[in-house]
Amino acid sequence: MKIGVVTFPGSLDDRDAARAVRIAGGDAVALWHGDADLGGVDAVILPGGFSYGDYLRCGAIARFAPAMRTIIERAHEGMPVLGICNGFQILCESHLLPGALTRNDHLHFVCRDQRLRIESNATAWTSDYAVGQEIVIPLKNGEGGFVADERTLDELEGEGRVVARYVGVNPNGSRRDIAGISNAAGNVVGLMPHPEHAVEELTGPTTDGLGFFTSVLTALVAGRS
Amino acid sequence: MPRVVVDVMLKPEILDPQGRAVMGAFTRLGVSGVSDIRQGKRFEITIDGDVTEARLAELHRMAEELLSNPVIETYDLRVEP
Repeated sequence: MKIGVVTFPGSLDDRDAARAVRIAGGDAVALWHGDADLGGVDAVILPGGFSYGDYLRCGAIARFAPAMRTIIERAHEGMPVLGICNGFQILCESHLLPGALTRNDHLHFVCRDQRLRIESNATAWTSDYAVGQEIVIPLKNGEGGFVADERTLDELEGEGRVVARYVGVNPNGSRRDIAGISNAAGNVVGLMPHPEHAVEELTGPTTDGLGFFTSVLTALVAGRS
Repeated sequence: MPRVVVDVMLKPEILDPQGRAVMGAFTRLGVSGVSDIRQGKRFEITIDGDVTEARLAELHRMAEELLSNPVIETYDLRVEP
């Protein structure tokens, strides 16, 4: 199974994301933002970082990259897409996910090992977790406060599209402690914390993040059989 | 050359921590009579030639799709003499 990882100018975590894919047992394929051809990948990860220097708004310029045009089309057809941190911001700017990510309410960049509760395993990226399972993975962002109007928030809750929630501390002022959401079909997931930094004991606080990458491989195998 | 100015502001219901931090500085500097500060962005777009209706329509599209995020922001576009 080929999982593409897109590199934008200013991406930081593309290599870690590719490494996480390989550790999970998939083939990681490097994709370039300027190339509309996705090289036949089965799923795509938009990694963390500061695409285009976070100028204008985080993800606002990356959204118009040639690779994104193809990814948006394929996402509407059901291809699994995971946006981590800056990738989550790009997915919201692309309108593949509702809401927006705004400056942390306390204005500081936050970097910590964060406890999350998995709220939905009905997505392509979380099927290997149990609902209610708590995991600890790194979080690092300056603009991670998830906002949406009350109706959208109610809709996300009602349709089971809140994928993960912060536990203990709300690190950035996200509405309803939301750390991650999915689209209605469950193939597109945005997550503010970084599962790709928690896949090996040597470098991560846990290996709790690995499930995101094994889940999509399971989903793709199921889709093919 | 004509100039089009686009002001982008966070919607009133969206928390503006930057504006709040500036407000805090006003208070610390002893400025009284100020109840709230909101921070926004201003774009100054210099146009080659005349500002036609078609040109304006295109700029409105860019203001809505790129310069602002309608989920959290509003914009105001005007032509400066």
